[in-house]
Parts: sequence; structure tokens; C-alpha cells
Amino acid sequence: MSATIAHGHEGAHGDAHAHSGSFLTTYVFSRDHKVIGIQFLISTLLWFVVGGLLALAVRWQLAWPWADMPIVGRMLFSAEGGQISPEFYTMLFTMHASVMIFFVIIPILAGAFGNFLIPLMIGAEDMAFPTLNMLSYWAMWPAFILMTASFFVEGGAASAGWTAYTPLASVHQAAPASGTGQTLWLLGLIFVGISSMMGSVNYMTTIIQMRAPGMTMFRLPLTIWAMFITAVLQAFALPVLTAALFMQVLDRVLGTGFFVPEGLMINNETAGAGGGQPLLWQHLFWFYSHPAVYIMILPAMGMVSDMIATFARKPIFGYKPMVYAIAGIAGLGFIVWGHHMFMSGMNPYLGMTFMLATMMIALPSAIKVFNWLGTIWGGKIELTTPMLFSLAFVSMFIIGGLSGIFMAATPVDLFIHDTYFIVGHIHYVLFGSSAFAIFGGIYYWYPKMFGRMMNETLGKIHFLLSFIFFNGTFFTMHILGAGGFPRRLADPYHYEAFKHMQPMNQFMTICALGMGAAQIIFAINFFGSLFFGKRVGRNPWRANSLEWQAPSPPGHGNFDFQPVVYRGPYEFNSPEVDEDYYPQTQPPPEKGGQEKQKEGEQH
Amino acid sequence: MPVEFGPDEFKTNERRTIVTRFWIFLFLLVPILGVGVFLWAPYAGVYLPQDVSTHGHKIDHLFTFILLLTGAVFIATEVVLVVFMWRYDRERNQDPVKFTHGSHNLEMVWTIIPAATLLFIAIYQMNAWAEVKIDRPDIPPTLKVTARQFEWRLQYPGPDGVLDTRDDIHTVNDLHIPVNEQILIHLESDDVLHSFFLPNLRIKQDAVPGSTIPVWFRATEIGAFDLVCAELCGWGHYKMKGRLTIESREDFENWLEQKRQEQEAVQ
Ligand SMILES: [Cu+2]
Ligand SMILES: [Cu+2]
Repeated sequence: MSATIAHGHEGAHGDAHAHSGSFLTTYVFSRDHKVIGIQFLISTLLWFVVGGLLALAVRWQLAWPWADMPIVGRMLFSAEGGQISPEFYTMLFTMHASVMIFFVIIPILAGAFGNFLIPLMIGAEDMAFPTLNMLSYWAMWPAFILMTASFFVEGGAASAGWTAYTPLASVHQAAPASGTGQTLWLLGLIFVGISSMMGSVNYMTTIIQMRAPGMTMFRLPLTIWAMFITAVLQAFALPVLTAALFMQVLDRVLGTGFFVPEGLMINNETAGAGGGQPLLWQHLFWFYSHPAVYIMILPAMGMVSDMIATFARKPIFGYKPMVYAIAGIAGLGFIVWGHHMFMSGMNPYLGMTFMLATMMIALPSAIKVFNWLGTIWGGKIELTTPMLFSLAFVSMFIIGGLSGIFMAATPVDLFIHDTYFIVGHIHYVLFGSSAFAIFGGIYYWYPKMFGRMMNETLGKIHFLLSFIFFNGTFFTMHILGAGGFPRRLADPYHYEAFKHMQPMNQFMTICALGMGAAQIIFAINFFGSLFFGKRVGRNPWRANSLEWQAPSPPGHGNFDFQPVVYRGPYEFNSPEVDEDYYPQTQPPPEKGGQEKQKEGEQH
Repeated sequence: MPVEFGPDEFKTNERRTIVTRFWIFLFLLVPILGVGVFLWAPYAGVYLPQDVSTHGHKIDHLFTFILLLTGAVFIATEVVLVVFMWRYDRERNQDPVKFTHGSHNLEMVWTIIPAATLLFIAIYQMNAWAEVKIDRPDIPPTLKVTARQFEWRLQYPGPDGVLDTRDDIHTVNDLHIPVNEQILIHLESDDVLHSFFLPNLRIKQDAVPGSTIPVWFRATEIGAFDLVCAELCGWGHYKMKGRLTIESREDFENWLEQKRQEQEAVQ
């Protein structure tokens, strides 16, 4: 490890050029974790646009069903005269969720932030397996291509919901899009799984093996703890999903009938040989996809913890309880999948067991919220854009966490299951929490990635609009759900009982459009700052963790000195030093107290 | 000691003071509007619909109970967040930063209290769950409901009182049941998953092809209500709508007899 680090001051930077063979190996088929991280970041942000537009189309239909869509309607649905057809509507929400979950949130957290931050924050020159790392990014491309192609095949892209419940998804006759589109969807997800698995193996190995001298496990930033536990979750849960995806492919292609029961008649045609069980798919799917909820939130929690400590200028409150909470969520996360199946016909006693585990998983989440509040208590808070997003994360996660308790309570779930209550809940967790943390993380680490700041004023406008319109779009979903308003209906107002909820849906759609528009500001800021952002030094936020000791942006090999770690990453306002921060690499003062000496001796 | 860092925007000045207050106010709006929306919901008619079942009040009570409990936690945590943002703003907080890494006692408190509360909710709700999904009444089925793309097929036993015989009475999307009687439905699906959702009876159960799933309830009021499909079943999912008519025993039997005669006339 030390070989590449033993060079002078500007060494790391010069090194990048020395090693670069060509444009292709430096920027395209790069094995540098930072380039791969940024590749993930840009790709996922582009998919974010796609997923967002799909969502807006869903919202359009819910506000003004069967109305001609302005501008794009004629182009997209010339056959229907500019309207969304019910087939197209089911495709819209299926692909919105699939894109956002598998192409945006999971790869942006693990692929983009995980890749960029892990080696930098643990003081390594790169990942343990750089080539595997590169492959993990390029394995996403077959998935991207398959998914994109699926929009253009006959019958359109997958439209059996992102959960792909069988037999609707697995039997060709069941829906127009249960043809090629669904097969491409399954194959696409298999590639996403391959990508995640390669990433996961790499992250675990890197975090265990490549930490800088002095970087004990309990001196890791919480971001890294979260990434580590997320990688473990991926490693254990993904094989099950992959097996399930293959089984559904086989059902579709060879008629194996794993998920198709005896004597199924669809559209007056016999569907397959039978002998299978539709609920088997749900068990296998949720065995992965419930942990996936945590794969989509734990890294965000870690990143928020780092940002909150930095901008409260105070150590994280309860570092170890925070770590145990993450581990607790991951552990319990494996035995709660059945809470998606309370109404599925699963054994109701089993439902009770899953209910109990699900109730208990709320506990570590609560502990984390209390510790974030404890962290800002008595601090000196600076409301920068990343801090606003982080505090918004806490505020929104409280809502998303608490609304989960309604669903965990089986009798209440009986009523709100498959209503907009669930849609509200999931968006408070995945957008209000995960996506806000992602935005915060981009504003926070952007200077490290590109050596320039993003514009604060634009950032704050982006935050303001996102925050207001997000809540305007999603909060009222809770009461819609309490009113029994079902999800996934192309025209909910087909039911007399839901007609009076249309104005509320129109308000939500207007907010959603506003939220979409606000992201244009973000895009301008993100790309504009590449050229016009203020140049920064190594540590613009005066933070403690190792990445801020490397040049901005770090060159090939990351550090231009051998980082040695003397303390945890959150020693803000330590009485040992005059500055309000105390980098992990800064040696303790020569004539300090006894404690510091001891700490230093550990290495 | 200098705490200002980063770009100019974070320098102490009048503008920063105003902007900071604005952000704190914005975060304060979350608990205010959050509670406001839920208070307004019943008046807007966007809340738990009328309940006409014997078990529904337990579900509604549980919903309200959890709403109040989570509501209290919601208000408390959101307000604490806002108060801390205000009190510990860099400008306002002139005291030195509390250099602490946590408190064992506090961790114990905020682990044990939520744990006990969650456990209480878990146990508290079990009775209601058992009543709707476990304690199946020991009676012959009132009717069989078969879901298929995109309609509800209903099958009542004919004069012989037994299901699945030649004299069964069939209807589509037109579900009638007698009031104040224990109803037992055998729920099946011909093709894909569907979900049998009676919002006003607080009943929801997925229909799974290959399985017969029992559903039971007791209606308490006469009237007509929606039968909704709550599980995505294809493009026509939105129009898989049935009508539930709850009527007196007499009306129910008349209706059944009328249907039987209509059916015979066709045969
Ligand atoms: Cu789950
Ligand atoms: Cu349906």
C-alpha cells in the first residue's frame, strides 16, 4: 500500500496523469474507485430524470384521468389521441418504481457514494479489487440497455408492478405487457444483482482489509459502518432474489410453473402445467426486497450522521448505539419480510410473528432519531445546504418511521394495505429520507469529488422548493389512504366513494410538478459548478474524517501522505485543541494529557 | 475561536440571521401542518369511511390509538428538532459546545420506553387480528366469490343449501348479504391475484389462484357499498368494481329467489 503513497506534496495529483494510459482507461474503463463512483453518480442521476418523468405521468393521470397530456401526449400516445391508456398507466407506475429502486436509490447509495467514499474515508488508496469494481459498474449497462429496450418491444415494458407478483407477471396471457417486456425486466434485474453482488464483496473486503493504520472498526465514520452492513445485507439477501428472478424467467420461457398453480385459466387459455404456488414468489421476492428497503436507507443514515456532526460542530451522540442500531436493523431486517404479505393468504399465525418482529424493528430507528437530536443538542449549528437536507432527512424520517407502525399493526394494515397510506409511507422513507440524504451528500462531498463548491444560494432554493413540494405531494397521501383510496388504479374515480378526493389529487399533482421543476435548479447547479464553482482546498467544511485530508479532488492513489489515524471521526470542539475540529490524522499535541498519549500508542 | 468556514455565505451577518429564522420556521411548519391535515381530514371526508361491521370498530380504535401515540411522538420529536435548531444555532448559542459522546442512561431510557410501547401495541392488537383472520366461524359458507380479470363472480347455494351443485345461483359483481348474520365466504381466483376489499366492512383478503381462502364478517347496517379490487390484476384492475348490498333476511331471500328464476328462464 505504501508504495504509491511515498511521493511528494503534489504527488497524488501528478500521479493521476502519470498512470493515465488514455482517455478510455482514465475516464471510461477506469479502475479508480473515484471515477467509478462518479460514473455511478452521473448514470443514476440520469435515470432519476427518467424515473421522475414516469412519476409525473402517473400523477397526471391521477389528477386528470383520461385527459390529454399537454405537450407530450400526442407524441407518446397518438393511438389513444393523447391520453394515457390503462395498460400504459400500469406500465408507468411499474417502471417508475423499478427505475427509482434498482437504477437510482440502490446504485447511487452503494455504487456512487459507497465507491467514492469507502477508500477515502478508511484511508486506502483504492478498493481491494479495482477490476471487480469496474465490472460492477459495467454490469449495470446490460441492465440499462435491457430496461430501455423493454419500452419499445411489443406490449411495452413490464407492467405487473415492481413486485412482479405471479401469476400476473409470469403468465404471458395475463397482460399485454407480460410478454417480452417482463422477461427483459427480469433479465435486467439479474444484471443489477450481479453488479450489487460484485460491489458488496468488494466493500466488505476493503473495509475489513484496507483500513489505514490506527483506523480501528470503532473509529470508522458511521457512513462506512452503514456501507459495511449494507454490503453484508446485499451479500445474504441478493442470492435469494437472483434465484427467484431465474425461476420466473424459467416459468416464462420454459413453462416450469414454479409460481403457477394447477388449472389456471387466463383469457380462456390454460396457462402452463401448474403445480406451483403464487405465494412462493412473494416470499422469495420480499426476502430480498424487505432488506432492500434498508439497503436504501442505512447508507443514507450514515451519511446524514456525518453531515449532522460536521455542521453541529459536535461529536455524534451515542456512536456505538448508532452502530448497534444499524446492525440491529440489518439483523431484524431478515425476519420481517412477511409484513408485506399480511393480506396475501399467508398463515395468520405466521402474520403475528412477522408483526412482532416488525414492531421491534421500529426500535433501532427510534434510537437513531434520538441520537441525531442528541447530536445537535448543545452544538453550534450551521444551516448549510447539506445540513438543511440532513435535518430534513431527520424530520421526514420521523414521519416515514412512525407511519410504518400503522402497517406493522396487522388489523390496521388490513384496512390500509394497498392504499395510498402505503404510497405515502414509502415516499417519506425513500424520497423524504433517502433522496434528501443523497442531495445533502452530493452538496457535501461535491467539493471533494470535483474540487469546487456547488452554489449555496441555488442549493438552498433547491432545498426550499423540494421540501415544500415534497410534503405537498406526499403528506396528504396518508389521509387518502385512511379514506381507503386504493393504489395502482388507472381511474380511482370510477368508484363513487373516491370522486371527492380528486381535487386533493390535483393539488398533489401540482406539487409534484413543482418538485420536478425544482430539480432543474439542482441540475444547473450540479453541472454549472463543474466549471463555475468556487475552487476549494482540502477541507472546506473543516471536518475530521480522512477524505478531507486528501487533495480535492484526490489523485490516483488518493492520499499524498500515509494517513495514520489517532481518534474517531467526530471529535469536534475537543478540549485538546484550539480549533473546533480535530482531524483523525492530526497527531495529539506533544505535551497533552495522559489519555491522548495512550491513544496514540495503540498504533 | 473562529467557527466560520467555507464560502462567504456562512459569515455572520444580518442576512444570515434572517435566513436562519426562516429555515427554522419552515421546519416548524412540519408538525403544525401535519397535525392540521389530520384534524381537517374527517371534515373533508377523507378519513376512515363509515363502518358497518361488528369488528370494524376495533380496527378503527386501533388506528386512532396508534395515530394518537405516533402523533404525540411526532409532535414531540419535531418540536425538539426545531427548538434545538433555534437554541443551538451558531449565532445564538454563546456557550461552549457540549463536548460529549453520549449518555448511557439516556440511551437506556430511549431504548426501553419505545421497546415497551411497541411491545404493548404488538400485544394489544392481537385480539382484533384473531377475530378477523384466525377465529373462523364453524358454519357452511354463505357464498363463494371467484375473482377473475376483471370481475367478481358470486355463487350462492341453491335450494339444496350446498355449494358447488347444479342448482347454485350465479351473479356477477352483484354481492348481496343479509344484515346481522354471520357471513362466511370462500374466496378463490380463476387467474391472477386479486384482493377482495370491502372498505366499509373493514375486510381485505387477497384472492389466490389455487387456494380457497375463508373470509368472514357480520354486517350491522342495511345499505349499498363498494366492493373494490385492491391487488393489481392487470390493465383493467381499476374497473374491477362490485356492488355490495346489505339487506334484511327477507329482501335477501327474495333477491336470491328472483335470481334463481332468472337463471332457470335462461336454461
Ligand atoms: Cu418490508
Ligand atoms: Cu384488481
